[in-house]
Amino acid sequence: MLTLVVIVLDGLVYSSWLFIVAVGLTLIYGVLRIVNVAHGSFYALGAYVMASAAGYYFARGLPPQANYLIIPLAALVVGLVVGLPLERGLLRFFYGRDQVVLVLVTYAAFLVLEDATKLVWGVDPYYAVEPYRLLGTLSVGGLPYAVYDLCLIGVAGGLGAVLWWGLNRTRNGKLLGAVIHDREMSEAFGVNVTPIFTATFVLGAMLGALGGALTAPEISVVPGVGAEVIVLAFAVVVTGGLGSVVGAMLGALIVGMARAAVIHLAPSVELFVVYLVMAVVLALRPQGLFAPAAARKI
Amino acid sequence: MSAKVPVRAERRENPAARKVLGTVAGALAASLLAVCLPGRSWAQENQGSIKISFVSFLSGPASGPFGVPARNGAEVIVKALNQGALAAPYKTKGIAGRKIQWKFFDEAGGPQQQVAQYRQLVEREHSDVIIGYISSGDCKALAPVAEELKTLTVYFDCGSPTIFEDVDVNPHYVFRTGPHAMMDEAALARYTVGVDPNVKTLAGIDQNYDWGQESWKLFLAAMEQLKPGIQVTASQFPKLLSGQYGADISTLLTGRPDAIYTSFWGGDLEAFILQGNARNLFNGRRLLLSAGEPAMYRLATQIPDGTVICARGPHGVFAPDSKLNRQFRKVYHSAYGSWPTYPSYKIAQAILGVKTAYENAAKAKAGAAPNTEEVIRALANSKWVGPSGPVELALANGHQAIQANAIGQFKYDRAKGRPEIVDIKRYAARCVNPPPGVKSIDWVHSGFKGAQCD
Amino acid sequence: MAAAALRRDFTPVILTAALVLLLAGSAVVPAYLRFLFELALANGLAVMGLMLLMRAGLVSFGQGLYYCLGGYTAGIAGSFLGISDVFALLALGAAVAAVVGLLCGLLIARYREIFFAMLTLAFTMVLYGLLINNERLGSTDGFNVPAPHFLGWAPEGERLGLTLFVVTCVLVYVVALGLHRYLGSAMGYLGEAIRENELRVEYLGASVRRLLLVKYVLAAVLAGLGGVLTGLAVGHVDPDLANWTTSGEFLFMALLGGIENVAAPLLGALVLELVRSYALEYAPYLWQMTLGATMLVIILFLPGGLWSLARMRKGADLTPEL
Repeated sequence: MLTLVVIVLDGLVYSSWLFIVAVGLTLIYGVLRIVNVAHGSFYALGAYVMASAAGYYFARGLPPQANYLIIPLAALVVGLVVGLPLERGLLRFFYGRDQVVLVLVTYAAFLVLEDATKLVWGVDPYYAVEPYRLLGTLSVGGLPYAVYDLCLIGVAGGLGAVLWWGLNRTRNGKLLGAVIHDREMSEAFGVNVTPIFTATFVLGAMLGALGGALTAPEISVVPGVGAEVIVLAFAVVVTGGLGSVVGAMLGALIVGMARAAVIHLAPSVELFVVYLVMAVVLALRPQGLFAPAAARKI
Repeated sequence: MSAKVPVRAERRENPAARKVLGTVAGALAASLLAVCLPGRSWAQENQGSIKISFVSFLSGPASGPFGVPARNGAEVIVKALNQGALAAPYKTKGIAGRKIQWKFFDEAGGPQQQVAQYRQLVEREHSDVIIGYISSGDCKALAPVAEELKTLTVYFDCGSPTIFEDVDVNPHYVFRTGPHAMMDEAALARYTVGVDPNVKTLAGIDQNYDWGQESWKLFLAAMEQLKPGIQVTASQFPKLLSGQYGADISTLLTGRPDAIYTSFWGGDLEAFILQGNARNLFNGRRLLLSAGEPAMYRLATQIPDGTVICARGPHGVFAPDSKLNRQFRKVYHSAYGSWPTYPSYKIAQAILGVKTAYENAAKAKAGAAPNTEEVIRALANSKWVGPSGPVELALANGHQAIQANAIGQFKYDRAKGRPEIVDIKRYAARCVNPPPGVKSIDWVHSGFKGAQCD
Repeated sequence: MAAAALRRDFTPVILTAALVLLLAGSAVVPAYLRFLFELALANGLAVMGLMLLMRAGLVSFGQGLYYCLGGYTAGIAGSFLGISDVFALLALGAAVAAVVGLLCGLLIARYREIFFAMLTLAFTMVLYGLLINNERLGSTDGFNVPAPHFLGWAPEGERLGLTLFVVTCVLVYVVALGLHRYLGSAMGYLGEAIRENELRVEYLGASVRRLLLVKYVLAAVLAGLGGVLTGLAVGHVDPDLANWTTSGEFLFMALLGGIENVAAPLLGALVLELVRSYALEYAPYLWQMTLGATMLVIILFLPGGLWSLARMRKGADLTPEL
């Protein structure tokens, strides 16, 4: 019984992390139809900015509770400083080309950003654990859990709710829906598509960086963290259905729970359970579990 | 992909075929020309010098903890040697009076890439000696290539015992100047049983790759010999660089082991300690870090006191005091602002071993420059002293090093704000290394037969 | 069209010329360069398979699966079963790739576009995970592949390298010629037809599913052969052959060279090897950035790949760009 509770809790924490890390990817795909490999760079950059900013912050002895403001700030900075130029300066030249070309373009951007990150931060690991330790622990069934981890569940839920509401219940969200559904038609009706694309890309970049910034306090940021996150985020998003926020949440839950269960019950297969889930789901339902309906145009 | 584009895939009706032919020939010729150009010029180019190519990780997750400290260590030693400024017994300039020319290469890209690069180091760069390689996978793949290309190749770090036990069983051109993982695990197990004689339960968490799996296998086998009936409460193998250990830590917590072993390194080690700390995983439990030394300065405030730290040999803080060691630490610290860790020591040890062999071979020829075969003869079964003390090539026909080992416990000195290692125990080389001709795992299972401990 | 039909098909000439050039060159060039060409040709086999799929509008992110299977088949047969004849190994590698390709293909041939790409990616990552968990096969480190024999002849050292290079060249030549014939056949042309409009192909009475399955299996076999040759050339196999980065590199090679001629993927594979070799040499700290930048320049300015340079004057509209 305890094991079950622990599995569910571990799974929830991991799923929340997965969702936060992956949701930007699904958003960008949903609108721009770009499978954005550079998402991993945004994650890494968010983590690096957070780790160095928090390190500086605590070294100055500023009020510790307010440090959590750095997290969204880091995401904002990365979105505007890296995401915006990437979309305006590079990606827009490839709109209309095949999706796969865009995968390769973002892959190339990822390679460039990977070395650029190394030029700025070097190869030594960075860590800033204070935000993680500050919130203390909470005992669940005798096992101590970091409150910070439990907060991730709330953050993921909140993020999902805000995004869903924004996409489905606001004017801009509905415009976005129209653009997704039929770009030419929306343009004909006077929707200015370019700023919508740019804004979505920057928002997606910020979400990727937010994932990194939220993760930074509990890890040590090293070269290569971004590459690891890419395939994982893909698996989650593809399992749930590319382009759907609800799907990403569902995908994160399935993958997260499966991994937690496997770690507790059959640790030897942990490594590929993520891909196995993805392969099985895709084989049964290629569009993913919760893909938005697509109108067929002939 | 636009539907309007007519696709004419076949070249059958192409009037420009000649142009195609021309382009192909041109491209081929251009690439041939590009490749035949000489490589990046050697630092300190001059006649009659010895060319050493160094290879270690300059990018990726292993660069911070291992690759770059190794690069820096090599730079300190080579520069000092070329100036003739190194402490005794290495006062002579360069190697056998010849200047050292050196270049550093990235170990990235996996064995396929490394084999291609290795061939270039031999054939394009004309390296006299190649010193390098951190990944055991690269070491395994390169051993037969090195034997084929007949170039003196010195592995300074990669840890898998299988390289000379299974892969290159009769090495000629390949040497390893750092002891392999068996030594670390045997010493760590002896130390653990020594400080915690009542240890009954044990948990392991290791990265899911060869080094992690092999380290845990050897350590567990050693513990089972020294403490029969020891129980394993959990053995987790998370993915390399997964960074999220929440569920793994839960399984470690629920098993309530007396000691937790990990062969983690770099970012993963740091993340695991941060996350374990936050969940009181290490309260009242012994943490055993088989490759923890490179992290001890960076994580000084995070590693719990009493954590057992291994440096894969008597390197870094474990290194016995000597003029050479003091100089190495001082020069390294003033150049890079951090203390040298075990990869720096291990590469220094490799360079000095090569220097000793070259000079002994030259002495035998009354000062004439020795050829590779003569250097190899001088290097095999040789002994020398590095910044971390004596090294002896005693295994695998005198191609595999053994060394004394030292292990201790971590303690953070709050008053001085710096970490230190206490309760250091030293193990003689022949106590923690298998005798020649015996495979590591067989040696453990035989109850460490032939071990000469004090 | 009549006039066009009279024009000669230059591809066999180019291929033959390249073969002669390579074989003649192997006697002169240094061995490391020959090795680089050998790797490029072996990878080129996998990329030719990828080209076959791409011409039909399918982009696989998982050719590494078959490449890795080929390599591991050669390694396992050589290390554990004592089979070391190069031709037996090639046949075995091709057979394993074909069987797995057929099984996966039955499932995968239904999918298109990004879903096809994602499913192929998932499959290759499953193999990657399986191999890393397998300690007997050396886990992440992989294991060494013993030197092959050639119909009972067991050369060593330099002679072995040279022989393997000749075998690789001849095999790639034969495959390229065969593939060229295939692309010029009705079945080959139907690939482009499928890419343009699947529905119409069905109306014309061809089975899209069967056509794609054949192409998928062919691509798998080519990647398998490439894997065998790589495993033998390097003398080592490891799970990274199945990692997504390997498959991504194949795509990069296809893009670099272009997909309009069988020789284009080979050119792409070669150029990438050379660029990488030089990036590692001259910019050991920034080689990833160099690769990425090269990739962007090619995609931006040469959407049809290097091969399209050959017909710049004809205008870009003839270039099948992605």
